[in-house]
Order: sequence, then C-alpha cells, then structure tokens
Amino acid sequence: MTDQTTTPAGPRAGLADPARKGSGPTPRDLAARAAARDATDARSAPAQPAPAQPAPAQPATAQPAPAQPANGQPAAQPAPGQPAGPSAPGQPAPGQPAALQPASGQPRERPQAGFTEAVGAQLTGAQALVGALERLGVDVVFGIPGGAILPLYDPLFDSVSVRHILVRHEQGAGHAAAGYAQVTGRPGVCMATSGPGATNLVTPLADAYMDSVPVVAITGQVPSALIGTDGFQEADISGITLPITKHNFLVTKADDIARTIAEAFHVASTGRPGPVLVDVAKDALQSMTEFHWPVPFDLPGYHPVTRPHSRQVREAARLIAEAKRPVLYVGGGVIKSGASQELVALAELTGIPVVTTLMARGGFPDSHRQNLGMPGMHGNVAAVGALQKADLLITLGARFDDRVTGKLDSFARDAAVVHADIDPAEISKNRRADVPIVGDCREVITELLTAVTAEQRAGHKPDLSAWWSQLDAWRTTYPLGYDQPGDGSLAPQFVIERIGRIAGPDSVYVAGVGQHQMWAAQFIQHERPGHWLNSGGLGTMGYAVPAAMGAKVGRPDACVWAIDGDGCFQMTNQELATCTVNSIPIKVAIINNGNLGMVRQWQTLFYNERYSNTDLDRSHGGPAHGHPDPGLAVAGGELPADPGGRPRGTRIPDFVKLAEAYGCVGLRCEDAGNVDAVIEKAMAINDRPVVVDFIVHRDAMVWPMVAAGTSNDDIVFARNIAPDWDVTE
Amino acid sequence: MNRHTLSVLVENKPGVLVRIAGLFSRRGFNIDSLAVGPTEHADISRMTIVVNCADHPLEQVTKQLNKLINVLKIVELENVGSVQRELLLIKVRADLESRSRVLETVALFRAKVVDVAQDAVTVEATGNRDKLDALIRVLEPFGIKELVQSGMVALGRGGRSITDRALRPVERTAAGSAQ
Repeated sequence: MTDQTTTPAGPRAGLADPARKGSGPTPRDLAARAAARDATDARSAPAQPAPAQPAPAQPATAQPAPAQPANGQPAAQPAPGQPAGPSAPGQPAPGQPAALQPASGQPRERPQAGFTEAVGAQLTGAQALVGALERLGVDVVFGIPGGAILPLYDPLFDSVSVRHILVRHEQGAGHAAAGYAQVTGRPGVCMATSGPGATNLVTPLADAYMDSVPVVAITGQVPSALIGTDGFQEADISGITLPITKHNFLVTKADDIARTIAEAFHVASTGRPGPVLVDVAKDALQSMTEFHWPVPFDLPGYHPVTRPHSRQVREAARLIAEAKRPVLYVGGGVIKSGASQELVALAELTGIPVVTTLMARGGFPDSHRQNLGMPGMHGNVAAVGALQKADLLITLGARFDDRVTGKLDSFARDAAVVHADIDPAEISKNRRADVPIVGDCREVITELLTAVTAEQRAGHKPDLSAWWSQLDAWRTTYPLGYDQPGDGSLAPQFVIERIGRIAGPDSVYVAGVGQHQMWAAQFIQHERPGHWLNSGGLGTMGYAVPAAMGAKVGRPDACVWAIDGDGCFQMTNQELATCTVNSIPIKVAIINNGNLGMVRQWQTLFYNERYSNTDLDRSHGGPAHGHPDPGLAVAGGELPADPGGRPRGTRIPDFVKLAEAYGCVGLRCEDAGNVDAVIEKAMAINDRPVVVDFIVHRDAMVWPMVAAGTSNDDIVFARNIAPDWDVTE
Repeated sequence: MNRHTLSVLVENKPGVLVRIAGLFSRRGFNIDSLAVGPTEHADISRMTIVVNCADHPLEQVTKQLNKLINVLKIVELENVGSVQRELLLIKVRADLESRSRVLETVALFRAKVVDVAQDAVTVEATGNRDKLDALIRVLEPFGIKELVQSGMVALGRGGRSITDRALRPVERTAAGSAQ
C-alpha cells in the first residue's frame, strides 16, 4: 500500500531487521521470535515433503505425477501484439497446450532473462519467485509495492520478461488481472504488500471467485517471526480470503516459494478456474534457497475431472433425442473451456435453441438464428419463456444462479435437467440434475456430438418445429427494445447500441454493474467468446475501468471499451492515470444519468419512487453544503435541469476535466445527433485513453424484468405489460 | 434431518481445520461434533465430523469439502457398518457415604474411575452417544461437578481401510495434528 519506511513503525517492522541481527536482538524480541518460530514450525513443518522423496518413487495414485511437468517442452507463445483468435480467449480446455502451459511450469519461448538461467543456483526467495514467474511465462503483473513485499520488487526490477504495471489502488490490480485473464485465457497476476495492500485485493478476489476467473495474487506478509503479533501492516490475508479463493497459501520458507507459485498457477488455471492467493513472509523472500525448475507439485488432494462419463453422455443424448421442447442453457463455462465452436456444432446438429447467460454472452453468436439471447432477471421474453416452458434443459457450464432461475421452485417446472459442469459441487446444488455430467464443457460437448449423431443415425431426431414457432412468436412479439425520451435527451440504450455497432464484434466490451451493464449485455451484438467482460456473480461496481485496462494489456491489438456508469466509474477511475502513464489506451463510455441507476429503478418500482440516496449530484437528507454550483445545491428538490429542461447527469466531478487531468482525452455527448460522431472520434484516438461522458436520461429502465424473488412466469416485458405466453405468430 | 458421520482424510498442514470448519459454517451447516487427530500416515490427519442434516444438503457439503485442495478423501460411515465411540470424563460428587453407590454405577457401565479425591471421583467412559448420555443421567443425582466429552471418532467395520487407496505410504514419524 504505502511505503512503510516512511512511517515511524516501518524500520522496526522491516528494514532494521538485518541490522538488528548484527547488533543482537533485544530480549523481548527473542521471546517473540521464539514463540512465533515455534508456531511457524509447528504449522509448516509437516507440510514439507521430504526432500529425499522424489516424485517418481511415489505411487501414481498418491500424487498427480502424470500431470506434472517432466521436461520443459517449449511451446510457442503469442507475441504481445498478436491477436489471440476467436477460440483462444477464455480458459482453454485442459489437455489443450495453451491451458496447461502456464500451469505446468513449462517454459515459454521468450527472451531468457533475469533468473531463468539460474537453475540450481543459490538465490534469494524473492529472486526464486521472479524466476518462477518467468518460467511460468508471466509477462505482466499488476501491483503496488510496500514494506513487506519490497524484497520481491527489487529482483522484479531486473526482469526483462515480466512487466510490472504500477496501479493506483490494489483493487485496480486485482480487476486488471481478471481482465487480462479473461481475454488471454492465462492466469492474471496481481501483487500487493501486506496488511492494507492485501485487504484491498479482497474485492477483486471475491469477484474472480464468483466468476471463476484464474487470478494469482501474490502478497507480502510481515516476517514470519512477527506473524501473529499484530505487527505493522499485518493482516491474516490467507484467513481473510479463505472463503473467496479457490485456494491460498502462506509461505514462510524460501525453499517453498518456487513450488508454491507453480502450484498456485496450476490450481488457478485448471479444473474450474479461480483465484489463488500466495502470501509470502518477508523473511522467506530475503533468505537464500536453491532454485530448481520444474518443481514437482505437492497437491495430493487436487484431481479435477475433465473427462465426462460416457454413460451419462449417452443418457443425455437419449433425452435430447426424445425432447420436444429442449433448450441449451449455456453459461460462462463454455467460454472458459473454449467450447464455442463445438457449441455451434451441437446447436446446429440438433436444431435446439440456445440461451446465453450474462457470463456466456459471446459464447454463441447473437447473429445465429438459434440464439434466443440472455435469460434471467433482465433476459428477453423468448429466452426466459424458453426455459420456463422447456421439457429438457441441456445445461452447459451454468449454475442455476438465482438471477437466472427467479423463484427456484417455479423455474422450468416441466423440464428434465442435463447438467454438465467441471465442478461437481455445482451439479444439483440449486436444481436437481436428472443427468449429471462432470467434465470440461468442451469435452462434454464433443462427446455429446458423437452420441447425438449416433442417436440421429438410429432415426431419433425429434421435430422441433412446433417449439420453434412458439419461440419465434415470443421473439417477434416481445423483442428487446426501448423508448426514446420525449424531451430529446439521450436514451442510454441507444448510446450503448451505437457503441456496439460502430466498434463492432471484434472489440472487447467491459461493463461495470447496474443498468448500463444490462443494456450492454442486451444491446451490443455479442459474437465472439472472450469479448464481453463483466462482474456477473459478485456485481462489483468499479470493475470496468481496471478490468478494461487489464484486457487492453492482454490484447493490445484490440479496441477495448469500458461501458461504465457514473456511479461505478467514480469507484476506480484512478486507474486512468495508470492507463495514461503506461500507454494503455482504453476507451471509457460513462453512461451518465446522475444516479445509481439500477437502485433508482428499484426505488421507482418497489419503493414508491422514494429516491433515497441514489442521486449522485445532490445532497440527501439536509441542505447541500459547499456545493459550488448553486443550481445544484437544492436539498430535497428535484434534479436541476439544464437550460433545455433536460437532466444534467453527474457534473461533480466534471468527467471531461477529470479525464483531461488524468492525461486522457475527455469528450462529452448530450444529443442523439452527435452520438455516432463522438464514438467515431473516440475510436480514432489510439495514443491515449479516451473518456466519453454521455449525459443520458435518468428515468430509463431495464426491461424486461423479473422482480427479485418472483417467478420467471411473471416476467414484465415493459412497465405494466406482462407477456401473453400463448401468443402465436 | 439425520445424523451423518463423515470421516475425512486431510493433509496434515497448517490451517486445514479452519478451512473445513469455515466451509461448514459459511454453507450454513452445524457441526454436531468434530474430532481430529493423526493417522497411520504422518502427513495425513483424519477428521470425524458429525452433522445433522438432510440427505441433499449432505451431498452438497460433501462435494464442497471434496473441492478443498487439502482434503484427500471423504467417506460417510453408516451407524451399522462402523464402530463409533466418544470419550467422557466426568467428575462426580462422592463422599464416604455415596462413594460405593457411585462406584457401583460406574461398574455397571463398564466405565472406570481414574481419579479419586475426598469428595469426588473422576470417571472415564467410552461408548456411543446413547450410552454416555445414560451414564450421565444416572450419575446426575450424585452431583456432577464438571464433565468433558470428546467428539466422536469412528472406523468402518471389517478388514478394509479407507486409507488403503489414494494415499501415499509414508513411514510414521511423529504425531502431528491439523491445527
């Protein structure tokens, strides 16, 4: 977080330690150290694999030896500027070289530099850590140094292949790592120092956990002798992040560093991906160790299943062959496993309609006739109706989230459920699966293709035409749409739709959380996997700017648009400084309605239009104090309008001036007639970040909507309009 | 709601107990009893966890447990097919007048006295929950000064071992526990 050497407590906790060793510790120190040492030894000693116990000597059942790197077979790595291609983003399936590469400790072909040639040499723990990162092919790390992690930043300074991007807040580092991971399919890496630096990573780690994003967080920890003493900048970050990481480690010995880093990457990127935190005590970074690579893992309890059970796959194919109203309910797992092409093949082979959840937008092209769009709370009528009326759900890498199912016991009442997921704990968690399939989505779909083909050869191909005419009737009667405001002000949906059209399907879109996120999911045509990033599970406001930054670093060739709200933007906009300084030219569209729009929408619908604390440009609950614009300082009054009588959006701060202060180009757009021109102007600027302040109407609402806790059957198409399920074309 | 006994083999590493206990609490499960100790393998600990829940939630918590990297194996031990024991230490008021009656009760339950004082005896008993509850009920009239009870430990009946497969044989060196 901060450089602790500038604080009075700093030298005591950190820098003075070596000196003190020379001059002799004080008695109090000795006692504390002895106590801490005992505690540490007791905790970590049994964890050490006996050095004389090489992996090959162990039974195959005991250790996942086959999965481990034996000898590094260099694999080609895309150059930073090289497009990843449509199938590359997302987590490639295990078994694919691209997926195993970062995890298995195999070196990539890159300029060998820094500590990579130092195998067998005596290094500090910090040097070994950097060496491990280099060997794992890490090219970018987002972070902020501080006292406890300073020893790591010194050798990092010398690394040629690992670029460190200094962010402005650790939350930005975490989201950036997630953004990077989602466009490259490789784990994103973030770093922070102990205490507040580490706790600032909590939100992005929780976010990555909910959305299954492979992120490796490396945090400094106070010297092991100080652990448990409430030392300066001490926080039990491994304890804090237990429920929000896939796994985490506390490393107190230099000898364990390289192996633990390799394990962290392996765990983060295999099976169901997720964040892994490695907390490294300062003295472990400082003491000497012998560097070896590759290192055998010590993960006897970690065996992710990727191959589906063939009997279950055949049973699924049999249900598909019999179903009259089947739906492919597709989640983010399809993107993470890189199964988009296989999914298209399965959909076309069977003729079954597809719904893509918020996390799966782009996993199946929106332009495809069989794509009904997004289901869920703000899904479109056809997608929600398809799930509700289905007789078979073929669920692929989705998890029956409450935002998709609505009231669970009324969700898809008549449907049998085939549920394929790489995480066995997801299956039958919320909805009981009739055919559970544990496996990687790509492998599952590939095997389903074979099994369904066999059924069809045997003459089992159901006629879905009645189902499709029903779906098409819903689709044509209840399409997604929006009204233009009567006062000539901007419709937010229109802005987002135009960005999608002009920037096109090759651009990467990164949304914050709220109304603009839903509109971006709805009105941008999503065609490719790995081009739509958002905070789905956790709903983290402030996600967009740093995640867009990470995405742009991962795919520097791509145009990256952050679609953000004025509320979200103010949570993490400091990373624009990082973008400018490090030449990361992202584009940010602020959909500025002057309000916490989604909350306001709920207040409109469910709280009798009592707008408690959702107006960002007005003081609530008392006279406005110190507001520089007297026109805005109306406590309790209506939002002041501009001379044209239209809403003004958030003007404190002035986002154009703020953008300019950060070294970005700041643009503003308030008229529908200017939208295209402003977007095109932003598209033409590629040497620095661009921020466009779109002042939009504040009363626009996200439709359709299933109110929280109600049944999907009660979806509201637009205010006070319920769809007629029996409609025909 | 049923009582289920899970036998969980875990890596003997720092923080494993808290990972397991934390998982139960954040997924909304109450642990009835938990016992943890070393096994015949130095780097493996065994936890015996008794939970009170219906079958579906049990399946869910078992799957979540299995996802923990440090968990090696989970087996549910059925009442019938396993030996289940708890240990009870109970300090009962026993003066000269009542001591013989206390000792008689202790003998009936095949428990034993492990400490004697002027006014009290401390009794050690093992058994299943029902037997120990019965012993406590019978001793209650004498006056219970204090008692402590262990979590349940259990092993499956027959010759098979749940550690047979999937675990590397390591010479037992020192007893450690997963704290």
